[in-house]
Amino acid sequence: MKKKHDIYYYLFIAPCVLALCMAVFVPFIFGIWYSFTNWNGIDTPAFIGLTNYTHLFHDSQFWLSLLFTAKFALISIVSINIIGLALALVVTQKIKTSSFLRTIFFMPNLIGGLILGFIWQFIFIKAFGAVGDLVGASILKDWLATTETGFWGLVILMSWQMAGYIMIIYIAHLEALDYELLEAAAIDGAGVWQKLRHIVFPLIVPAFTVSVFMTLSGSFKLYDQNLSLTAGGPYNSTQMVAMNIYNTAFGENMMAYAQSKAIIFFIIVTIMSLVQVYVGKKQEVEA
Amino acid sequence: MRKAGIYIVEAIGVILALLWLAPFYLMFVNAFKTKKDLFANTLDLPKTLFFDNFTVAADKLDILRTFGNSILITVVSVCIIVFFSALAAYALQRTKSKLSNLLLFLFIASMLVPFQSVMIPLVGFWGKMDMLNRGGIIIMYLGFGSSMSIFLFHGALGGISKSLDEAATIDGCNKWQTFWKIIFPCMKPMSVTVAILNTIWIWNDYLLPSLVINRPETQTIPLKMFFFFGEYTKQWNLALAGLTLAIVPVIIFYFFAQKQIIRGITQGSVKG
Repeated sequence: MKKKHDIYYYLFIAPCVLALCMAVFVPFIFGIWYSFTNWNGIDTPAFIGLTNYTHLFHDSQFWLSLLFTAKFALISIVSINIIGLALALVVTQKIKTSSFLRTIFFMPNLIGGLILGFIWQFIFIKAFGAVGDLVGASILKDWLATTETGFWGLVILMSWQMAGYIMIIYIAHLEALDYELLEAAAIDGAGVWQKLRHIVFPLIVPAFTVSVFMTLSGSFKLYDQNLSLTAGGPYNSTQMVAMNIYNTAFGENMMAYAQSKAIIFFIIVTIMSLVQVYVGKKQEVEA
Repeated sequence: MRKAGIYIVEAIGVILALLWLAPFYLMFVNAFKTKKDLFANTLDLPKTLFFDNFTVAADKLDILRTFGNSILITVVSVCIIVFFSALAAYALQRTKSKLSNLLLFLFIASMLVPFQSVMIPLVGFWGKMDMLNRGGIIIMYLGFGSSMSIFLFHGALGGISKSLDEAATIDGCNKWQTFWKIIFPCMKPMSVTVAILNTIWIWNDYLLPSLVINRPETQTIPLKMFFFFGEYTKQWNLALAGLTLAIVPVIIFYFFAQKQIIRGITQGSVKG
């Protein structure tokens, strides 16, 4: 009987395991410790108990950022999924431009969030303004200068970017549908909406779950687009959690305090992921 | 009647596609305008083609070197991720043991950790080792990218019969030779998928390089763009020319490799 783990086994796994430990696990464990200290990045940290966490409860900017992020995530999930599903329904019809349209709708996802945010900064500030002048709509003027326009600007940017990504997920499930079922329904006199409501939607529920959680985690962790579109302005009112953590750490040099926010952030994201696993498992049982 | 319905759907699709392209179109046409032309006619085509924006932007962005930096970091990181993840997945999938299960679980669990939750100690820890440089960032990319890659390779290996390994062993191959000559070539489609997913991520990544790469001459495109845009935010024609320079190569690449890219995204998202 040969040993299960020979030298090859350890050699093969070593590079990835070491890199994972150095990039994720060691910083993560140190991070938990730092969040209970007064670490400032330079001096030796001293244990200060729960001080950072109690301080956190009175940090109104952190809670505002969290609230803004939650609101943004909620609206984005609805908007991205409706648009993504609509795009998927259009491009899975027997139309000539189908693959060309898929290419176009997906395109924003290949370009980094930072660059997309800069392009949209131009669109919102200059192009919206120009269209507003043209048609005399004052609602299109001065975008990104207020909290509301900053919020909707972020929603529009993320819907434009992520709808094409979510579309790909819906397409994968739509194309696995049994078309005989749809044709049988059509023969029985079912209209377009009836077919969607009673046949298509129930069958793509798993795609719906995956897409909702993907947009949820994408919206919650958003940083690049937030930085390049509004940079948190005006007056930090469009600052999302990820940016709040970054600014506390590298703007104000309060490393340990920022790390306590990062731990809370981790707990929130983990709870969301566990709910996803639970919902997914439940669906599998029911299906 | 049904025919008409299809044409309406097609028309809606095309209108939506034009709407989707509008931001790129506005960026592109305005990159050719003078400052005055852009200010007066944002929505029109340029009166005359003003190429100076591009020469100034290319110069300020140090475009060749910046592209070179991005290509270097992306290519090296992606090759390392594909090779080492395939290797680790091979060991974990073929050796059924408690240790293998535990390691696979740890890799998958690490995907739950948001980057913001580890970035502060990460910078402190790697700074102490004097590793906040290009060599360091490549190892970090292996650490952050290997989880999903191992997961995808692990799935692909399930579809490759173990009798291949046994035949290779009988022919006198050791485990390394079996992997390199037989198994790794069999996983080529998955290697392409893993390479594409990691390329899109690393090429566009801003936050990690902004924390790790400090020297201006080693900056990647997103980093350089951030400073460039900050400097020229009141000169839209210049800023847009810079953005155009950064985007055009990606779009050209996309049109050549779109089949593989869409397939890779589908595999990555359905399994993830």
